[in-house]
Amino acid sequence: MIPAVTVENISMKYHTIDGEITALDNVSFTVSEGEFIGIVGPSGCGKSTLLSIIAGLLEPSDGKISIFGVQLKGVCPKIGYMLQTDSLFEWRTIYKNVMLGLEIQNRVTPEEIHDVETLLKKYGLYMFKDRYPSQLSGGMRQRAALIRTLAVKPDILLLDEAFSALDYQTRLAVNDDIYKIIKSENKTAIMVTHDISEAISMSERLYMLSKRPGTVKLCVNIHFAMNDRTPLSSREAPEFREYFNKIWRELDVHVS
Amino acid sequence: MSHEKTSAEQIQYLKKVERQKRIILWLRVLMLVILIAAWEVATRAQWMDSFIFSSPSRILNTLIRLYGDGIIWLHVWTTLWETVIGFLLGTIFGILIAIVLWISETCSKVLEPYLVVANALPKIALGPVFIVWLGAGSFSIIAVAVSVSLIVTVLEVYTGFNEADIEKIRLVKSFGATKKQVLKKVILPSSFPVMMNSLKVNVGLSWVGVIVGEFLVSRAGLGYLIVYGGQVFQLDLVMTSVVILSVLAALMYFGVQLLGKGISSKY
Repeated sequence: MIPAVTVENISMKYHTIDGEITALDNVSFTVSEGEFIGIVGPSGCGKSTLLSIIAGLLEPSDGKISIFGVQLKGVCPKIGYMLQTDSLFEWRTIYKNVMLGLEIQNRVTPEEIHDVETLLKKYGLYMFKDRYPSQLSGGMRQRAALIRTLAVKPDILLLDEAFSALDYQTRLAVNDDIYKIIKSENKTAIMVTHDISEAISMSERLYMLSKRPGTVKLCVNIHFAMNDRTPLSSREAPEFREYFNKIWRELDVHVS
Repeated sequence: MSHEKTSAEQIQYLKKVERQKRIILWLRVLMLVILIAAWEVATRAQWMDSFIFSSPSRILNTLIRLYGDGIIWLHVWTTLWETVIGFLLGTIFGILIAIVLWISETCSKVLEPYLVVANALPKIALGPVFIVWLGAGSFSIIAVAVSVSLIVTVLEVYTGFNEADIEKIRLVKSFGATKKQVLKKVILPSSFPVMMNSLKVNVGLSWVGVIVGEFLVSRAGLGYLIVYGGQVFQLDLVMTSVVILSVLAALMYFGVQLLGKGISSKY
């Protein structure tokens, strides 16, 4: 079977007046269809850069990305990207916000509108569709942001610290919420986070990048004995602590 | 929340806010009345020379006389249309130039020092140049008005464009947006408050430009009346023109404000 995402020998160098910075060095991995992958690493290890490259927003200095076996060139409609903040447009209603991607891709057709409305109804936002983002709670806004991404029907979702702007309680709830939506829509997902617990609770496989220049330092398959895991139930599973300790040790965090 | 029953404390609070608003309004009106009355009394009692300071009753008389002549409309219209045209040209071209600068980073970098100097330059100094180029008439006056508001608009709106949220730009780019779409979907709507603000500032600047322009060269207009009145020592005429001017400027300002509210409610 062709993997959904193939990352082959990706390297990234930034050039500034003060010199050259190698952000990523020879990163390779593959993601199968339907998998949920977590990427963790110390801050500044280039994990967000890696995601931008997979999103087609940045061109790598070396290496290539393939999406379902086709080499990536620029932005690909098969990929949906979720950023750190929900980035809802405050001057648009929720409905106009979730239509943004379709508008840009000139795909506003009756069928697509129908599908967007189905998504809004299914995930409880239909009654808020004429509200403005400022009138919604943080969790609702995150949902709206996800529906905006899903509206263009990507096969692969990239989540770039997508929950880091939320407070802790909301974040746990939103983790659960978004995870269930992604699973029920049967999407492949790659999530970058600096939060080890979040990564373990959501991913099936986890890659850890080293300090800059970022390389894959560790790959951990996350498996829980229970059926129908959710991010919240995973956090309570006995295996959770083991995974956490293992990754924490490898991450080798020093303050000072 | 509106659907809950309003408590007695809430009603009391709302009443208090309402009362305060009323007090402020009354104080404003009172202040105007006192100023006018004091001015009138001071000139009647000969504490102030009404020949030099004019007086509310003399202003009113002048107003009635000008109105009776029908001559006032010529001056008001001349100044008003020069101001409106100057305002529109300055604002529209200012925003268009800001868009060009945003589209081409090279262009904006090359032009930066020129814009800075042009902004620092007192535009009135260009008045004689415009008169030579465009003739001693309304075109020169409009040119002065445009030169006063144009550069400020460019700088302010361009700064507003660059303050648009980077995350939103990344988001639309991840949907495959072209540069034109980034401009249309993100930059312009998110800079709307900046542009509205710039519009309000330009109302004032256009009046400045037109009046100064009329000081330099004109045969009609409120600026002409002011200069003429000053030269022949008719302070009544000067003061009357200033009063008309403040009413017109205020009306135009509120007009722009209303327009802004109208547009933003349509979003």
